[in-house]
Amino acid sequence: MACFCFHVTIYHSTTKNHQVMTASQRELISSLKQDILQWEGFRAPAAGAKTAFGLGSIDHAFPNQVFPTGVVHEFISECPEQTSATGGFIGGLISVLLQNGGACIWVSYTRRIYPPALKRFGIEPDRIIFLDVPRQKDVLWATEEALKCEGVAAVICETQQLNFMESRRLQLAVEKSQVTGFIVRKSMKNINTTACTARWQVKPVRSQLRPGVPGVGHPRWHVELLKVKNGNPGSWTLEWRNQEFRLITEFKAAEQSRRYA
Amino acid sequence: MPKRYVSIWFRHLLTDWKAIRQPDLKGTAFVFAKRDRGRMLVTALSAKAAHYDVTEGMTVTDAQMIAPGLQVFDDKPGRNIKLLNGLAEWCLRYTPYVALDPPDGLLLDVTGCTHLKGGEKAYLQDIAKRLKESGYDIRPAIADTIGCAWGVARCANSGLIVPVGGHRNALMSLPPAALRLPLDTLVKLENLGLYHIGSFIHSPKQTLRRRFGKDMVLRLLQALGLEEEFLLPLKEAVPYTERLECLDPVSTRPAIENALETLLDRLCKRLYGEGLGLRTAIFTWYRIDGKNGALTIGTNHPTHRSSHLFKLFFIKLDTVAPGTGIELFTLEAPKTEAVADKQSDLWAPKPGADSEEVAELLDRLSGRIGNGNVKRYLPDEHYWPERTASPTTELQKKPASEWFSDRPRPIQLLDKPEPIDAMAQIPDHPPKQFTYRGKQHIVVNADGPERIEREWWLEPGEHRDYYIVEDDEGNRYWVFRSGHYSAGNTRHWFLHGFFA
Repeated sequence: MACFCFHVTIYHSTTKNHQVMTASQRELISSLKQDILQWEGFRAPAAGAKTAFGLGSIDHAFPNQVFPTGVVHEFISECPEQTSATGGFIGGLISVLLQNGGACIWVSYTRRIYPPALKRFGIEPDRIIFLDVPRQKDVLWATEEALKCEGVAAVICETQQLNFMESRRLQLAVEKSQVTGFIVRKSMKNINTTACTARWQVKPVRSQLRPGVPGVGHPRWHVELLKVKNGNPGSWTLEWRNQEFRLITEFKAAEQSRRYA
Repeated sequence: MPKRYVSIWFRHLLTDWKAIRQPDLKGTAFVFAKRDRGRMLVTALSAKAAHYDVTEGMTVTDAQMIAPGLQVFDDKPGRNIKLLNGLAEWCLRYTPYVALDPPDGLLLDVTGCTHLKGGEKAYLQDIAKRLKESGYDIRPAIADTIGCAWGVARCANSGLIVPVGGHRNALMSLPPAALRLPLDTLVKLENLGLYHIGSFIHSPKQTLRRRFGKDMVLRLLQALGLEEEFLLPLKEAVPYTERLECLDPVSTRPAIENALETLLDRLCKRLYGEGLGLRTAIFTWYRIDGKNGALTIGTNHPTHRSSHLFKLFFIKLDTVAPGTGIELFTLEAPKTEAVADKQSDLWAPKPGADSEEVAELLDRLSGRIGNGNVKRYLPDEHYWPERTASPTTELQKKPASEWFSDRPRPIQLLDKPEPIDAMAQIPDHPPKQFTYRGKQHIVVNADGPERIEREWWLEPGEHRDYYIVEDDEGNRYWVFRSGHYSAGNTRHWFLHGFFA
């Protein structure tokens, strides 16, 4: 049900009208908005159960100002470098999800993920169950089965193909079980429509250490939220430092000009 | 409950088998022979050959004299055991305890089994009919003791069903050959004029022992049930076994599913009553054409939930080939473990990785994608990157040591390092630029080297000097130089991983 979009247009024909909107009307509208979110599969975060992912101002891009869990996120990756950056970003997210218990399942057909490296992103690598599916067509079946299981906290699936129908099945599975799914679409050529709640693209960018210090710094990514249901897409630069995300807001322009100089 | 045994005597085991394979031999005189000290001796003969008074141990030339047109085939040692094994497996549909009785018989412990076919008479008739239909000439007998059943099957003219407690009477009129005695003892008894067991059954045991040896007395006592005798069963019977006999042979998918469900319900109910859960289960089907097959499933934790077990079997149910029809299904649980009936946690926020739900999910997944493909990684005490994490299929296993985390490791590691064309300023410096898959990367930042020595006690080869490099686009790689720098060698740089 949640995959149908309910378009409720609230008419503000004139500013005058807007001004006369009473407090009760505003209340009504906000409760209607909440209803729509609920129909679309979002659950309002229970009081005190807000999971802090440490994403800072990125949270404002999402409905209810909280990173949506219990939905399917889609990550687009064009090359192995982007897949690794995506892996790091997802690692940071699931380290928070796993704090509440539950299993984590990583489904893939051609897996390159190196478990010891996950330690750096706050995950005990032995907590993750890897499914190395020998047949490509079983990847989405296994993902769906895992997403249906309530004892699972997060499912990561590496796949190339995902059509609208398949993504809808996954979305329906998580609505019932409240498992968070991450679909990493590797070596993606053309983007198609899916029923996933959010679509991301994570690209690595040059790391920075203090001036004059040689070497490679902390992992730094350019995170783009290409699409999000009931939210506002945007793009940010994030860094993973001391087991948490740091939002980087600095002179990107200056850096770029130096590169092309 | 008194013990009941069936002895099946295959009168012409080998020749019947040959006639089944070559139907034109049926009803003709033919023998199996083996070479012995330069002549051919008859080892097995067909019913027709026996009609011409050919006997075992006769030379082939003699046999051909008395039986015109006698065909001779080479005998292969051990063939009868192979045949008996196959037949014994077929007989498992009658009782779980089947033992071989070389050279030409089978022994079945049928205690408590005969009611399945509606009584001992019907039971024996069913066995005889089915085996005769497939082409074997047999004589089955049923009695309280193995010895008595054996003797009656081979030597009695009638009364193949010895009633409970009637074995002593049945033995009375039988010749001593019914006691499974060696030939020299039989000759001795014959010379003394003891033509029936009844003639010496009342003699004092000491006398018999002195004259004929202790083996003869043992055989007599075993036949009388005064001495224990055990079968060596073909297959260890599983205590947790359920069987379902079909009134009519079934071959449709819903019928098979129904049978499986019924068996699972029964077995699970029994396991639940005893506080047990199964770890492996075998679902076996017996077809009316004598073939059978089995499906095996395994679970990650002991369970007695039939709906879950049904799902596990369901994934594999396509491989059941019913052929012309299945007449019997059995379900065994060879491996069971005590199951703790956990009280459900009301306050746990989310069940952990060892919860029942997750274990059941993984059972289902491994049923389809293979058991070895569901794994976790545990830290292993190695520095060599390929060996730092060792896979395990056990879900409950805890890591024995800490994860190594003092050095950055790439989030993606290639199974096999890929060679790159790299250029380094001076030997021990990171590369200034490298070409990977046709694309040139200019290195702007680098860390390293981190030398990792090869574990020479495991495999020979060069050490690796690893560098973390970052190119001008922000991509981070893990590259290494294999071995020491040497001017002539340009193919010693490899890319091994991608950092996040």
